[in-house]
Amino acid sequence: MAVLVYTENWDGKFKKYSSELVSYATKLAEMLGTQTVALSIGDVEEGELNQLANYGADKVVSAKHEKLKYLDNQAFTSVISQVAEKENADVVVIAHNNNGKALAPRVSARMKAGICSEVKELPSQLEPFTVTKKVFSGKAFAKMVIKSDKKILTLAQNTFDLVENPKDAEIENFEPEISDELIKTEVKDVQKTTNQLLLTDAEIVVSGGRGMKAPENWKPIEELAEVLGGTTACSRPVSDEGWRSHEEHTGQTGKIIAPNLYIAVGISGAIQHIAGVSDSKCIVAINNDKDAPVFEVADYGVVGDAFEVMPKLIEAAKKVKS
Amino acid sequence: MKILVCISNVPDTTTKVKFKNDNTEFDTTGVQWIINPWDELALTRALELKEDSNNSVESVTVATVGTKTADQTLRKAMAIGADNAIRVDIEPKDAYYVAAQLAEVVKNNEFDIIFTGIESSDYNGSAVGGMLSEFLELPSVSAVSSFRLENDEVKITRDIDGGKEEVTSQTPMVAIVQKGIAIEPRIAAMRGIMMARKKPLDVVSPVETEPLTEVVEYELPQAKPPCKMIDPDNIEELVDLLQNEAKVI
Repeated sequence: MAVLVYTENWDGKFKKYSSELVSYATKLAEMLGTQTVALSIGDVEEGELNQLANYGADKVVSAKHEKLKYLDNQAFTSVISQVAEKENADVVVIAHNNNGKALAPRVSARMKAGICSEVKELPSQLEPFTVTKKVFSGKAFAKMVIKSDKKILTLAQNTFDLVENPKDAEIENFEPEISDELIKTEVKDVQKTTNQLLLTDAEIVVSGGRGMKAPENWKPIEELAEVLGGTTACSRPVSDEGWRSHEEHTGQTGKIIAPNLYIAVGISGAIQHIAGVSDSKCIVAINNDKDAPVFEVADYGVVGDAFEVMPKLIEAAKKVKS
Repeated sequence: MKILVCISNVPDTTTKVKFKNDNTEFDTTGVQWIINPWDELALTRALELKEDSNNSVESVTVATVGTKTADQTLRKAMAIGADNAIRVDIEPKDAYYVAAQLAEVVKNNEFDIIFTGIESSDYNGSAVGGMLSEFLELPSVSAVSSFRLENDEVKITRDIDGGKEEVTSQTPMVAIVQKGIAIEPRIAAMRGIMMARKKPLDVVSPVETEPLTEVVEYELPQAKPPCKMIDPDNIEELVDLLQNEAKVI
């Protein structure tokens, strides 16, 4: 028995999300009375692999293969399934991000393991195995029972607290079997947005809506984000108009985020927008319409003209930050 | 080339959700059903590919798993421009169950490109596309934000954390699409609606398979405490609250 957690790397490095995944898997393994095995795929150095043991991994499996440089869903699914079988894993924990969403369902179908996606909490009970997940884009929650012997869980980012639990883990190198015929996709080019804080990683997000009136008015949004050490986002109409890139769009059909602080400026708060940000720990709304629905979900609200409120807010934030 | 777009029939995104039978069942009373937003974008892109004379796309088929109530959504997809529709005549149970049914549809027809949305707005599982490709042992590319055909070769832009990758894939393949794949979903015109009535909608029997998961109870989120309002002339108070009460800055 084991809980297997797949920890993806970003150019050979792990990040906070990786530690969240291992923390979650370890707590789950404790519930099940079993051990945690972390799986890394690709080139990651030993010092980095050891970090996974800090959050409770009893064993780290490092799978390296020349064909695993870029994500190929079939090859990666094959590696995860091979290791799950080898380690006799009952539960596989995977990130709920682009990479995890590509792989978890394939592993699920391969292992005939029922999947519960985007979980934020440990199972509420083990017999039957019951996990709560959001449904209807956050308008409700469902208690889902996974009936199969094997199970897959994908964990939402920024929702599970890190638990330090250093262990003396062994690192095992694993050479997966990957046949030439298996790989049918090829990555031709990679473009990275360099050194920019990712929206999904950010703990503070300042977001602008149609109330900002025009793309040239984004300076205060950017400035407040910079002062607070966060990043910027926008609502759907703003990305649809092309004022900001679609990568900034937060909401039901855009990015789903859960920062510590979300500041919505000139965003009315349509239900589809709220679906993407309602897991934020604290929401601030600045809007000139006192009846805007955003105030129903906000923790703190300011009714006023964004162009008057923002400069004052930036000054006040600068004072406490300096 | 033949394209299949898998469609999920979901409640309109503005629906106020309610449950019945001791919160064990979704109450569909008064619900307006729509094409899942991501599937609608996939369909739009599939139609653009067909209309571009540089490509040799013969047909765009839509398929769903559902009872007769889903016919309206399939007719809408045909009114937008899909050539024909297939409905697997059974209530969808879970992602595994739905993907197994769709896999059978693909096996009984020859499709070169299969589109699915990355998520559905009802159960938010993000699972059907990946499972379908695994059942069929086909390559899949997920988080697709651009899909092109060049001499019938598949060229994809995939979103990754902090960037993009240009990916090629052999066919047949499954493309799991997200926002960006098409600018805006199409709206059916009257002519399209008239034509859709005559387009073929095949109803097929389900295959035997078992769901692996089951929802045993629904809950509505707890009401949030009321928003604390701050005077715009006293914005220092907001910063103070964020620092000392919420402790987020």
